[in-house]
Amino acid sequence: MNETLDRTNQTLADRLREFAKSFGLPRLIIAGFLLLLFIAAPFVGADFWTQISNTINRFSWNAIMVLAMVPMIHSGCGLNFGLPLGIISGLLGATLSIEFGFTGPMSFLMAILIATPFAVVLGTLYGWLLNKIKGGEMMIATYVGFSSVSFMCMMWLLLPYHSPTMVWGFAGKGLRTTISLEGFYDKVLAGFLQINIGNLSIPTGTLLFFAVLAFGMWAFLHTKTGTAMTAVGSNPTFARAAGVNVDKMRMLSVILSTWLAAIGILVYEQGFGFIQLYMAPFYMALPAVSAILIGGATVNKATIANVIIGTFLFQGIVTMTPTVMNNMIHMDMSEVIRVVASQGMILYALTRKTEATK
Amino acid sequence: MKKDNKIFTFLRDNSVPIMFVIICAVCIPVSGFSYSYLLNEIVTRMGRNIFLILALLIPIMSGMGLNFGMTLGAMAGEIALILVSDWQIWGIPGVVLAMILSIPISILLGAFCGKILNMAKGREMITSYIISFFMNGIYQLVVLYMMGSIIPIKHFSVKLPRGYGIRNTVSLLNMRQCLDNLLAVRVGGVKIPVLTFMIIGVLCVFIVWFRKTKLGQDMRAVGQDMNVARDAGINVERTRIISIVMSTVLAGFGMVIYLQNMGNIATYSSHSQIGMFCIAALLVGGASVDKASIGNVFLGVILFHTMFIVAPKAGAQITGDSMIGEYFRVFVSYAVITVALIMYETKKRKHKSAAAQQLQAAQNEEAAK
Repeated sequence: MNETLDRTNQTLADRLREFAKSFGLPRLIIAGFLLLLFIAAPFVGADFWTQISNTINRFSWNAIMVLAMVPMIHSGCGLNFGLPLGIISGLLGATLSIEFGFTGPMSFLMAILIATPFAVVLGTLYGWLLNKIKGGEMMIATYVGFSSVSFMCMMWLLLPYHSPTMVWGFAGKGLRTTISLEGFYDKVLAGFLQINIGNLSIPTGTLLFFAVLAFGMWAFLHTKTGTAMTAVGSNPTFARAAGVNVDKMRMLSVILSTWLAAIGILVYEQGFGFIQLYMAPFYMALPAVSAILIGGATVNKATIANVIIGTFLFQGIVTMTPTVMNNMIHMDMSEVIRVVASQGMILYALTRKTEATK
Repeated sequence: MKKDNKIFTFLRDNSVPIMFVIICAVCIPVSGFSYSYLLNEIVTRMGRNIFLILALLIPIMSGMGLNFGMTLGAMAGEIALILVSDWQIWGIPGVVLAMILSIPISILLGAFCGKILNMAKGREMITSYIISFFMNGIYQLVVLYMMGSIIPIKHFSVKLPRGYGIRNTVSLLNMRQCLDNLLAVRVGGVKIPVLTFMIIGVLCVFIVWFRKTKLGQDMRAVGQDMNVARDAGINVERTRIISIVMSTVLAGFGMVIYLQNMGNIATYSSHSQIGMFCIAALLVGGASVDKASIGNVFLGVILFHTMFIVAPKAGAQITGDSMIGEYFRVFVSYAVITVALIMYETKKRKHKSAAAQQLQAAQNEEAAK
């Protein structure tokens, strides 16, 4: 219809409509909703700057796990619903680092170092598996995540951990469901160069850490290998003809994604202050998936900007809805809104007509 | 030589059931349960679960894979039961009324699910899986906020004290096992719920008959190849929606049967695991993503639930920790689904590449001429 109109006489409404079309209606609704929440916050008695700090804080905890989605989307493996596999590598790193007696900032560094080989090995196996079943990645990824989490539930009980801060007091074995990080790496990044102005506090260290990783990812995607990976995702046949080893690229992307998930959970823990074991990682993939989709990514296209915008919007809604809604209508509908908005976003992305992955 | 091949093929095609027979064979003696207790438990669980699992067969027939969206039917069944128990209609009339009430809700949800799945062809399973999460949000909105405030709910035993929303558990004590106990027969200490099994039998006959009808044939054609079916004049989209609607309605009935056996509704969690356990049971019975029979359902229920009953006790005996067995059975449920999905996808790829090779060979021949 727009074509029939004189282009020079394009009204503001038309331009808005076009913008909505390119941006995606659900995304616009979510962004609008968040904006509304921010505007409403001071009127219902919630402190604006506390809200902003909370949102930024939660952003800093979760951003790296969302960043972990990027490589697999680029190589055409779809959304990484198998994120829990990487989270498990991170948890192994965290628990082993404490078990070996490291404390303070050193324990965080060691956790990353120990988690890395686990992430590489598990990522390799996972990547090998995904190469066998091209086209059905997302469903199988979901269930790989579930099986690995439930398998590790048994392992947390059986593995010979002894550190008294982690095992059940009376039995002397079997890890606790939540382990406090006090004295280990609690707030080790968040406390670094923290800025406090009144009610506003910014965890500079965590944000910097994310910025470094995000920049690294951006730079990597612009190297020769990174470009090849994107080529594999957008057109595997063409990539193969150009001499790119498709399977190797996909495997590399899966390893990267798994490793980032491992780092992501460690950063999450240092902000949150606790290690959560057993069934905790079970549904951790879904918030990360919907965050990147809210940020404007599709099943086969994602940028760093999508990660930043998406995580901010998603975490903004998660933190703002409980306080604002509670004060406004005295009903805690935040859970429902969160579920409907995030799952609705995933559904929207899955039903878009994109070129089916091969 | 040929015979060896046959045995090998048999083993490969039935690897999952055989593995489960072995697990059960090891765990049953270790757990130390008496056989009459085990038999009783399994018969009860058969009556409870088979109807739900049969609901999965129709979407498999029409090529839509494992219907993770059967959770929607379970939600419809729960909403119907909540309403019926609020109206204080108990016993058989209550069960029948709940089934009737669940139909319109199931049709609505099923049509919604089918519409969305038509927009996401080729990734039905992950989409139906996310739909079940999405609908869980809507379900909470309806049950926790709208019931009592918009939808009239009177009875204090159902409603939360704050005036709206449904309690965490709704007791169905006056409805408990009323289907199972009617016409129940005791054979050597084992209670057999004859009426429930008769209902299941009717559904089995219906499914066998349905496969032969025009609609059933259409569904199989759509499942084989959507494009060919479309060329043959079948309305593919409509057929797929009907198959999901049927599955959802059956799942709604199945949930009513399941809950009358359990005797209470865990309002916010009963439905969440149902899809997973039913699918795992079906796959344990030797079904795959594109092929499942009634036999698979029965075998699957027996093997899966035997494992489910004995695993915690056996795990406790072996490792001295009862939680190990609990986690073990959850792990097995997920692992079975994972393995089945992987086998299906590899098989699909193999077929695809075989077809491509054939085409290549044919083209080469053409070129040689």
